[in-house]
Amino acid sequence: MTGLITRRRLLHGAVVGIAGAVLLLVAFMVSDGLASLGLPGGGFAAYLVLLGRAVGAVTGLELFGFRFVWYSLATGALIGIVGPLVGIFIVHREMALIGETLAHTAFAGVAGGLLVGSATGWSAPLLVSALVAAVIGALAVEWLAEHAAAYGDVPIAIMLTGSFALGTIIISWGGGFSGLNIEAFLFGNISFVPVDGAWLMVVVSAVVLAAVGSRYKQLLYVTFDEQAARVARLNVAGYNRLLIVLTAMVVVGSMQVLGVILVAAMLVVPTAAASQVATSFREAIYLAVLVGETSVVAGILIGYGYGIPAGGTIVLIAIGWYVLAVLLADRGISLSTRSAS
Amino acid sequence: MSTVAAARNVTFSYGDTVAIEDVTLEVESGEFLGLIGPNGSGKTTLLHLLLGLKEPDSGSVELFGEPVAAFEDGHRIGYVAQQATQKGSTMPVTVEEVVEMGRYPHRGAERLTDDDRTIVRDAMSRVDVDDLRDRRINALSGGQRQRAYIARALASEADLLALDEPTVGVDAESRDRFYGLLDELNDEGIAIVLIEHDIGVVTDRAERIACVNRELYHHGDTESFVESDALERAYGATGTVVHHHH
Repeated sequence: MTGLITRRRLLHGAVVGIAGAVLLLVAFMVSDGLASLGLPGGGFAAYLVLLGRAVGAVTGLELFGFRFVWYSLATGALIGIVGPLVGIFIVHREMALIGETLAHTAFAGVAGGLLVGSATGWSAPLLVSALVAAVIGALAVEWLAEHAAAYGDVPIAIMLTGSFALGTIIISWGGGFSGLNIEAFLFGNISFVPVDGAWLMVVVSAVVLAAVGSRYKQLLYVTFDEQAARVARLNVAGYNRLLIVLTAMVVVGSMQVLGVILVAAMLVVPTAAASQVATSFREAIYLAVLVGETSVVAGILIGYGYGIPAGGTIVLIAIGWYVLAVLLADRGISLSTRSAS
Repeated sequence: MSTVAAARNVTFSYGDTVAIEDVTLEVESGEFLGLIGPNGSGKTTLLHLLLGLKEPDSGSVELFGEPVAAFEDGHRIGYVAQQATQKGSTMPVTVEEVVEMGRYPHRGAERLTDDDRTIVRDAMSRVDVDDLRDRRINALSGGQRQRAYIARALASEADLLALDEPTVGVDAESRDRFYGLLDELNDEGIAIVLIEHDIGVVTDRAERIACVNRELYHHGDTESFVESDALERAYGATGTVVHHHH
């Protein structure tokens, strides 16, 4: 019993630490944003960059002396929280592929946004068109699931490939939109998370945290026992829709770093790892955030340090955690005996 | 005596296949109703109709005197589904977290209060799962798991407990204990609707029997059911009757 309590304290401490680090990074963004608007309050960001340079001078690790690295880290740190937070419900609803599907829908949205932008000269931010497309895709999948009576993988596969197909056609139709690197959307591009992209992630994270924070109980009930939740008169269809729209938002926010192709990993892998060893649902959330956060931050830093793609690095680190969790669970570390009977 | 759940002339089809035809039945408060019928006879469908999980093609359903669509007091019903949540097999949820779900309909978006936690603890000790509270639900045996679900219904302070073959895969001893618990709860005034393939269990315990095979073959007290030929008619020539007397 004391072991359980110590374990809870440790986890709690780690989560508080993560929250602190994320707040620091967001504070950097706020401060830097104020400075760029010519308002007072930019001192904090400038101080952090200076500190980063000093660290660079001493250790040779120059990363933290660059503003854009701070933006990347802030975006990544938020992904490391909200990805697993939404993912844990998605995975246990057995909708793991929904993230992948919505990412491809979002890709079609990016393509559509580019087309509209080049045709009208009105450059709607591409992430916004991606968000619109992903949310429409999310509701379409939900509608299909309701009318096809299950989250069959067939409607999901059709949606996934269909929207990607549409995206590729729009892009070739629009003929080499000048200056835009489609690869950045496919594989993510951590070395340049635009400032507005980072802010989009802040907004997405605030919405996700508020929604999951205030509807945690209902989401848990609906995820664990949908029929009993319906008997208890919870608005199951409404919570399904909420969950899938939150997923769409997280997917679009995370796409900048991980890319369309890898974005589902942040929804699925940390949860899968945490569920192997967690003793309760709450603990699974903490562990999943821990896995997500360490993977993203380490992935970004290693990606910069060695000039390798951050998205791929992040995903491989997370999978490393997963393998470790499987091994630990196998050795009975999870405290919850796996079968009592 | 007030009516807890009532179906009037209810018909329901899956596509062209009629599953339930013109069934009228009610569950009185505090009664123990056994719902029996052969495999594929529509027992589960009928229960789902009664609980509002399915909408009838025709006819009407009332819960606690209200039309089922307008019924909001979800906490008044405890429901244990057939092979209750296989989900438990991978999802890391503890017994305590499951039992707490019984309080969710009372609280909406608010946090659980100390009172809620007391009620949850009492419910767990009532069915003897308090020692298991920190265990993952999927780590429990079938009998323990069913008791945890009953604790969830107790925590929600349900007036109606609906159980769909709750003891499939549960060993004989745990099963007897489980049914003993149901008897106790029924004595305390909780209405019970039990779907069970073992007719002996039902006739031993239920005050009234509803015997269904698409249509309702019998709806009345257990004695008249045992004396009638409703069972033979409902099960027909093909059905297998499971008798299991204690």
